[in-house]
Amino acid sequence: MKKYLLAVLVDNKPGVLTHVSGLISRRAFNIESISAGYTEEADVTRINIVVSVDSDHELNQVMTQLGKLIDVIKIVNLSEVDSIGRELVLIKVHATKDNRADIINVVNIFRAKIVDVSPENVVIELTGEESKIDALCEVLSEYEIIEIARTGAIALSRGPVPVKHM
Amino acid sequence: MLMNGAEAIITSLRKEGVKVVFGYPGGAVLTLYDAVYQMEFPHILTRHEQGAVHAADGYARSTGEVGVVFATSGPGATNLVTGIATAYIDSIPMVCITGQVGNPYIGKDSFQEADIVGITTPITKHNYLVKRVEDLPRVLKEAFYIARTGRPGPVVIDIAKDVFAAKIDYSYPETVSLKGYRGENPGKEAEIEQVITALEQAKKPLLFIGGGVTLSGTANEIRRIIARTDIPVVSSLMGLGCVPGDDSHFLGMVGMHGSYAANIAMTEADLVIGIGVRFDDRVTGKLDVFAPKAKIAHFEVDPAEIGKNVPVDYQVKGDLGWSLSRFADSLEAEEFAFAEIYSGWLAQVRALNQDKPFSYVKRENIIAGPQIVETVSKMLGKDDIVATDVGQHQMWAAQFYNAREPRKFITSGGQGTMGYGLPAAIGAKLANPDKQVVLFTGDGSIMMNCQEFATAADNDIRVKVVVLHNHVLGMVTQWQRAFYGERYSNTILKGKTDLVKLAEAMGVKGYRVSEPEKLQAVLQEAFDYEGPALVDVMIPEDDDVLPMVAPGEPLDNMMLGGNDK
Repeated sequence: MKKYLLAVLVDNKPGVLTHVSGLISRRAFNIESISAGYTEEADVTRINIVVSVDSDHELNQVMTQLGKLIDVIKIVNLSEVDSIGRELVLIKVHATKDNRADIINVVNIFRAKIVDVSPENVVIELTGEESKIDALCEVLSEYEIIEIARTGAIALSRGPVPVKHM
Repeated sequence: MLMNGAEAIITSLRKEGVKVVFGYPGGAVLTLYDAVYQMEFPHILTRHEQGAVHAADGYARSTGEVGVVFATSGPGATNLVTGIATAYIDSIPMVCITGQVGNPYIGKDSFQEADIVGITTPITKHNYLVKRVEDLPRVLKEAFYIARTGRPGPVVIDIAKDVFAAKIDYSYPETVSLKGYRGENPGKEAEIEQVITALEQAKKPLLFIGGGVTLSGTANEIRRIIARTDIPVVSSLMGLGCVPGDDSHFLGMVGMHGSYAANIAMTEADLVIGIGVRFDDRVTGKLDVFAPKAKIAHFEVDPAEIGKNVPVDYQVKGDLGWSLSRFADSLEAEEFAFAEIYSGWLAQVRALNQDKPFSYVKRENIIAGPQIVETVSKMLGKDDIVATDVGQHQMWAAQFYNAREPRKFITSGGQGTMGYGLPAAIGAKLANPDKQVVLFTGDGSIMMNCQEFATAADNDIRVKVVVLHNHVLGMVTQWQRAFYGERYSNTILKGKTDLVKLAEAMGVKGYRVSEPEKLQAVLQEAFDYEGPALVDVMIPEDDDVLPMVAPGEPLDNMMLGGNDK
């Protein structure tokens, strides 16, 4: 299985996410993550999809089937061009007097941040590539992780050309 | 011009050239139906929403125009689902307008509320929920454009009840502006050139045509290509009629119940040119040995179809209207001696077809299913229309009916929707009042939408219904016979239902025949009758549709029937 990050520009209209998610489930595509947000253009939404596929043929099916949706304006496979991918994670970890210092140490090594503290826990924030976030989760699993929230990956290509002009 | 939403819809339908709507009223569309009444828009009241959507489908298939359906919210809308799925998989242009509960009630589990946009998302080309009357003209314009262009398909417009009554200063847009959709899809000349080069290297080429040829109106281009090159042709169920059934290049339908010659040709060919086809599993048989000796070329408007099921060596993307006319032009301009080079191959596959045509065993004093189709085939002209339901009778119709023109063989291909036939035939007859429209159906299928006899009778829509009556769900029993040890689980119809009386009760003239020597005379009487008619023809319960390629088997592994057993 290989993972690809697709940037999908869609009309900012009601029902668009239904169309995209409906297509993904109907065609039985493997989606690792999906996130959506506003863009520099008010009437365009950008959906970031990380898809996991077995072959180029399967990737091609994901892209051409998505491309058929009327409200999909453009799809670019950002994994095929030079690009920067990032993901945000919030991790709530059980922290006692005894191990809080150790946890802070781990946070510093990863250049993560502690964004909330209580007598019983800390909330850690980290932005980075998926592998770095996986690594932090792995190390923190030695402590008691209470909850994890991840955004899924987003990406931009390097250089001045936006996806809409690719 | 100031009008309400309902009047804006009717006005827009007129601008789109819609001649008739099929539908069924209800609470959420009362205002719409008031506009139908006041503006005297032609409307056929079916007896079930499923009847309406299949009738619109039959209308669309027989004309190429967009079929239009009205239904109310909740159960009215959900009753369309089977018909929308049927139209979607066969790429039939259709616009379904459904009422939704009023804006303040949406999302509150209100009376007769169903999320039809959510429900139909996987089975529509596109769909809309209209909550503001200002959006109506644009949405209608887009819906018709999307439904009829590119690879056609059904579009659902769900409209909140209060939108029908809200006032709008109406103007209909001249053009559509869709960032993510183009209705016209020209391709690349170089892709056509590649196929011509491949043809010049081929010794055993085969054209494989499908529903895309019917939909794009390119049967004539296919005929030009055949005339120029002498390539043999096979067809999917959906492409029947694009090449005349009796053309000497035509080997018949290919696939699970395809002809011996078509399936052997597919197995032996060194170049298969698929045109407007999906390489569906009913056609390919075992995928990894499909057309094992062939390079595959694929002419197709929908890029997602190319390589979906079968890897393709040469692709020609774009509208078939664009590509096939250029392909035919180029072939006609070439000096290459195609016909000479292919003549041995053509003779070989023609001989196969003459040696093992579709055939069946005639038994004394018993009418065989295929015999009914053969008889009707000789009675109808090339511009008459045949519709089918789904099952054994459908396959016999595909095998034995000589469809000579496109849009004359109307059948639910991709979904195989039982109950499709009667309403579809009604839609086709309404669009073609001067042509004979004959439905082949079975005693299973006909019961699924038999309420539409009333629609035919009340509107004097003169369809001729021929029931191949075998007292079983024939295709299922055939599989139970072949693969389930003759355990006929829930497939035996006891035969207490009198179809002649049923038809007569709804105002359709009924006939019954079981003697072979009377078959043609009774059919003739029914065809001549000035009104809708049903002929209940008794056939044996244990006949199989053959040849048959068992699922998962290669195409050349056929169980043969008729005189070749």
